[in-house]
Amino acid sequence: MKIPRVDMLEQKPEERVTNFNEVPFGLTPEQAMQEAERCLFCKKPKCIAGCPVEVKIPEFIELVAEGKFSEAARKIKETNALPAICGRVCPQDEQCEIVCVLTKKHTSVGVGMLERFVADWEREHNEIIIPKCAPPTGKKAAIVGAGPAGLTVAADLALMGHKVTIFEALHKPGGVLIYGIPEFRLPKSIVAAEVNYLEQLGVEVKTSFVIGKLDTIDELLNEEGFDSVFIGTGAGLPNFMRIPGENLKGVYSANEYLTRANLMRGYAFPDYDTPIFSGKNVAVLGGGNTAMDSVRISKRLGADNSYIVYRRSETEMPARTEERHHAKQEGIEFRLLTNPVKFIGDEDGWLTHMECVKMELGEPDSSGRRRPIPIEGSNYLIPVDTVVVAIGNSSNPLIPQTTPGLDTNRWGNITVDEKTMMSSRPGVFAGGDIVTGGATVILAAGAGKVAARAMHRFMLGLPMIEEPPEEEKDKKTDKKKPKAEKKA
Amino acid sequence: MFKILDKDELCPKIYRFRIEAHKLVSKARAGQFVILRKDEHGERVPMSIGGLDKEKGILTIVIQEVGKTSGAMNEMKAGDHFLDVVGPLGLPSHTEKFGRCICIGGGVGIPPIYPIVQALKDAGNKVETIIGARTKDLLIFQKELESTSDKLHIATDDGSFGTHGFVTTVLEQLMQDGTPIDFVIAIGPVPMMRAVAEATREAKINTWVSLNPIMVDGTGMCGACRVTVGGKTKFACVDGPDFNAHEVDFDEMTSRLKMYHKQEKVAYDLFLEHHGKCLAQESES
Repeated sequence: MKIPRVDMLEQKPEERVTNFNEVPFGLTPEQAMQEAERCLFCKKPKCIAGCPVEVKIPEFIELVAEGKFSEAARKIKETNALPAICGRVCPQDEQCEIVCVLTKKHTSVGVGMLERFVADWEREHNEIIIPKCAPPTGKKAAIVGAGPAGLTVAADLALMGHKVTIFEALHKPGGVLIYGIPEFRLPKSIVAAEVNYLEQLGVEVKTSFVIGKLDTIDELLNEEGFDSVFIGTGAGLPNFMRIPGENLKGVYSANEYLTRANLMRGYAFPDYDTPIFSGKNVAVLGGGNTAMDSVRISKRLGADNSYIVYRRSETEMPARTEERHHAKQEGIEFRLLTNPVKFIGDEDGWLTHMECVKMELGEPDSSGRRRPIPIEGSNYLIPVDTVVVAIGNSSNPLIPQTTPGLDTNRWGNITVDEKTMMSSRPGVFAGGDIVTGGATVILAAGAGKVAARAMHRFMLGLPMIEEPPEEEKDKKTDKKKPKAEKKA
Repeated sequence: MFKILDKDELCPKIYRFRIEAHKLVSKARAGQFVILRKDEHGERVPMSIGGLDKEKGILTIVIQEVGKTSGAMNEMKAGDHFLDVVGPLGLPSHTEKFGRCICIGGGVGIPPIYPIVQALKDAGNKVETIIGARTKDLLIFQKELESTSDKLHIATDDGSFGTHGFVTTVLEQLMQDGTPIDFVIAIGPVPMMRAVAEATREAKINTWVSLNPIMVDGTGMCGACRVTVGGKTKFACVDGPDFNAHEVDFDEMTSRLKMYHKQEKVAYDLFLEHHGKCLAQESES
């Protein structure tokens, strides 16, 4: 196998930092077929097992190699309702691509870019076929939260013949896909198209509807006639460093910064009414995809200097390789092994500096990563007028507080039986970040798939488990770390 | 879409909207708030609930024009629709039986006091209300509060009506009239709420304020509305909006409210320029 991996064409760094348009242009049909031909179509493919929603990877790639692009898209959609999204934001380098046989000698097949290509092809050529749903079961399911977990559950349940209603607190469906991931990485029109696909499956989407306030989970079940409920409300409250000066003007949580920029289109102020402050020297704290998204936005909003400030080394960074690569191309400076200890402001309460301490790595801690230790006396100041804190989220209390009998763990995450995703309340299921703490889009979708199958059985009064998958037993959902960086 | 049933001018640049919102109204309680969005390009703006007609499903909101968004909202007419009205958000006010309660409203903080007065009355309290304004013409909700409160006290800065002075001038008089005060709640401009907190601090009267920091999603997700209370960071949208007045860091709150002053001015100037042109065109035609 000597054919090199195809490169997706993309906007040049100096050009793209001046706009919010998507960075990669995607593949041409010729490039896609060329890339697909690199696949060895392994008899026992490892890539499928690497995928949380078990996309039939070699089968769809074979269809791409034959030029049957729409068929390839449909093959993916047999197990994944959101291919245009996952093709863009999944950490393929840690999932399907890392286990590709080609990785040993060459580079892996570009599964992500092929997935993206076929989903875009199908949409752009108006070849999306709405599959026929199973005959109506007469059962109603409520989905709380229109993020990746909720959308996946909704699609699967609709296909099984259930009546599905999604309740979304924000004014647009998509959850983190809409408020969190920037236009240049995931265009909003693509999320809207995937939601439209669900609506064509018969799913009803109610926006600006806060469950826990307008209706509680109990009211959905007892008064509104739903037969089961899925809670996919996401990660919730942003974490802060708990160091002095955190409430100075200029210090943002990543959620606020991203929501202003993405959902509210603050970059188009004053055409759009929501302002965003982005100064000339911007530091983003954290090493995940959220941090990369925030720091790349700061460049596009006109920062002269944008820094990633991360307390470990780049090896430990959770962000996708591609995001780190793109950030560096755009002139983002990585201040590694650096940890802020204090924010300093002027007399009007505006942030002016951040005091940091240098770190060194010690022995591995419980997360398996080497523990960062402050180097005494290494404190120094970085002049900054904007800081974005992207160190993860803790769970939102709204639904647990208003749902009696719903068990949560010590981090406030909803505890579920991970074979069924059912909570301590019969008929109430949960998945995604509200169960695991901050994770990825595709893991949330994977949880959604498990939940949908179980909700189907629950609503029809079937035994909850078909054939108990023994190998799943060693996973313990409630022991997962709650503070991991969020998003795909 | 949420229909505006009617709208009336309470005083210059302050309008009362009555909005059809059956479900929201059936669930809302005194002290909670809503988030409004006028149209696709609009901001999400938190607004206090200024009245709940439970029978007819009507929500009352009072909007004062202070910038582009509030200015544009105040141009809406009966029959128009708000694109989004989200809520009820936040925790309801404490309205159990305390005894003698003093409810204090200033400016557009007066309307949200009204449902709280009602709820405190319903809980069996003796409720006295103090409202304040710069001058007589800026007093709003006088009739509503007169009919619900056991006693309504009015203060004007210029002495044109009621007591000459601030709401705290009246509060201090009430604190000295011999009957102990069990509960105080104040809603209004930050300096007013701070003054109320100072007035009752020494006597350790149970005092609450309803905070209105900058906010985006209103469900805890964004963290924009953080306030320091008792030395700890709280999110006003899920932990509040009511907080113990004696524990609030008002300096920080005041500072954070100014975060977008520059941008707000840019947007408002553009709005006024456009608004001026429209008015000129209207008068020409």
